[in-house]
Amino acid sequence: MKHNITLIVNEKSYTLEVDSQRTLLDVLRRDLSLTGTKEGCGMGDCGTCTVLLEGRPVNSCLTLAVEADGQHIQTIEGVAQNGVLHPIQQAFIDHGAIQCGFCTPGMVLSTKALLESNPHPTELEVRTAIAGNLCRCTGYDKIVKAIMSVNP
Amino acid sequence: MQAFDYFAPTSVDQAIAMLAQHKGRGVPLAGGTDLLPQLKNKLATPAALIDLKKLSSLRGISYDASSGLRIGAMTTHSDILANRDIAGHYPVLSQAAGTIGSVQVRNRGTVGGNLCHAVPSADMAPPLIALGATAVIQGSAGQRELLLEDFFTGPNQTVLKDDELLVALKVPPAAQRSAAIFLKHGVRKAMEIAIVCVASCVSFQDGVCAGARITLGAVAPTPLRARQAESLLSGKALTQDLAAQAGTAAAQEARPITDMRGSIEYRRAIVQALTSRTLMQAAALAR
Ligand SMILES: Cc1cc2nc3c(=O)[nH]c(=O)nc-3n(C[C@H](O)[C@H](O)[C@H](O)COP(=O)(O)OP(=O)(O)OC[C@H]3O[C@@H](n4cnc5c(N)ncnc54)[C@H](O)[C@@H]3O)c2cc1C
Ligand code: FES
Ligand code: FES
Repeated sequence: MKHNITLIVNEKSYTLEVDSQRTLLDVLRRDLSLTGTKEGCGMGDCGTCTVLLEGRPVNSCLTLAVEADGQHIQTIEGVAQNGVLHPIQQAFIDHGAIQCGFCTPGMVLSTKALLESNPHPTELEVRTAIAGNLCRCTGYDKIVKAIMSVNP
Repeated sequence: MQAFDYFAPTSVDQAIAMLAQHKGRGVPLAGGTDLLPQLKNKLATPAALIDLKKLSSLRGISYDASSGLRIGAMTTHSDILANRDIAGHYPVLSQAAGTIGSVQVRNRGTVGGNLCHAVPSADMAPPLIALGATAVIQGSAGQRELLLEDFFTGPNQTVLKDDELLVALKVPPAAQRSAAIFLKHGVRKAMEIAIVCVASCVSFQDGVCAGARITLGAVAPTPLRARQAESLLSGKALTQDLAAQAGTAAAQEARPITDMRGSIEYRRAIVQALTSRTLMQAAALAR
C-alpha cells in the first residue's frame, strides 16, 4: 500500500511516496540520501539509527516512515549550522570521543536532546541518556567526559 | 519486512471497526517497539496495521484522590516518568517504567503495548497488578473491565478479542500506610530484559500487615500473584524473618523455565531475594 507523506527533515519539507512497510531509517538513507543515520542492528538495540522525532530521540529502524508523516525530524546532517560544528560535535572531537564514528551520529543526537531539556546533567543522567547508544570503540568514558564538558 | 496495509484511524470506534473488518488479520500498532521487531523477524505477518497514535483519548494520565489514577493505553513510558502524580502517589510505576529499554524505546513504547504484547517479562505488569489495576477494554460489543491480573492467558496471549483494544488502566487510590516497590534483576543496568522482576504492595494497620499483593514477572507463562507468600503476611508484623519466609514461599510458587537468561534454580533464588527485599523496602516506605 502506497502513501503520500511529507517529512520535515532538518527544517526542509519533502513530499514522498512510500510503501507502508518502509522504515523511516530506510527512507532517510535511500530516498533522501541522508546516510549520516546508520543502521546497526535494525532491532532497537544499538541506537545508531537515532533521530530526533519532534525533538525526542527515537530508533528510526523501529519507526515506519508513514508514522512520521507531517512530523519534524532532525538527523545528524542538521546539527552543524552554516558549516560550523555544534558545540557537542566539537566536544566529541576535542575529547577523542570518536574512533570509528559509527555510533557518533546517534550519540550526538541523544546528547542534544538531553542537554536541551537538562543543560547540566549529572554523570548518571548522561549515562542514562546514552544507554541506548552502543559504542564498540571508545569504552564510553571519553564520550561521557565530552558530554559533561559541553556546558561547563 | 513483508508488505502490509497501514491505516491511522482518528476515532476509537473507527479503529475498532477496522479491526473487526480485518478479522484478526489487522493488528493494532502503538509505539511499534515490540511489533516492528516481530514483523522484521516474521513472527507476525498481519495484512494491516491499525495505528492508534491519532487516538488522543487513549493517551494521557489523570489522577484524583477519590477515584485514583487512570492511564491511557497509548501513554508512553517517558510520559509516565515525567508525571508528577505518578511520582508522588504511585512511584512504583516510575520505578518500573525507568527500567524499560532506553530513552529511545521509552519515548515510543507504551504501557498498552507492553501489556498487550504479554511477554512474561513485561515490566509494567507486576507493578500494575500489585497496585490492583483494572484493564478497560473496548470492542464492537462495547466496553468491559477486568482486573489486570486476569488479562493475561499465556505468553503473547491475552483475553483481548480480535476487535478489542485495551483503552486504559485504572488504579485505585493507595490505601493509608501502604507502599509499593518494584525490583528487577538483570545482568546489565540498562537495556535489559528482566531475568526476574518483582513488585510488592503492602499496607499496614496498627503496626501489622493488613494486606499485601506480590506479583512476579518472568517466572511463569504470565505475570503471577504469589498468593501463598501474601497470606503469610496478613495480621503479622513485617520482620526481616517474615519477609524471608514470604520470599521462600514465592520462590516455590514461581514456575520458571530455564532459558538463555537464567536457569530454573537461579530464577527461584532471585525470586526469594527480590521478594523479601521489595517487602522490606515497601515496609520502610509505608511507615
Ligand atoms: C531495545 C528494546 C528494549 C526493550 N526493553 C524492555 C524492557 O526492559 N522491559 C520491557 O518490559 N519491555 C522492553 N521492551 C519491549 C517494548 O519496548 C515494550 O514492551 C513496549 O512497552 C511496547 O509498547 P509499544 O507501544 O511499542 O507496543 P507495540 O509494539 O506497538 O505493540 C505491541 C503489541 O501490543 C498490541 N497492542 C498495542 N497497543 C494495544 C492496545 N491499546 N490494544 C490492543 N493491542 C495493543 C500490538 O498489536 C502488538 O501486538 C524493549 C524493546 C526494545 C526494542
Ligand atoms: S539500527 Fe536501530 S537500534 Fe540498531
Ligand atoms: S566510535 Fe566506533 S562505535 Fe563508537
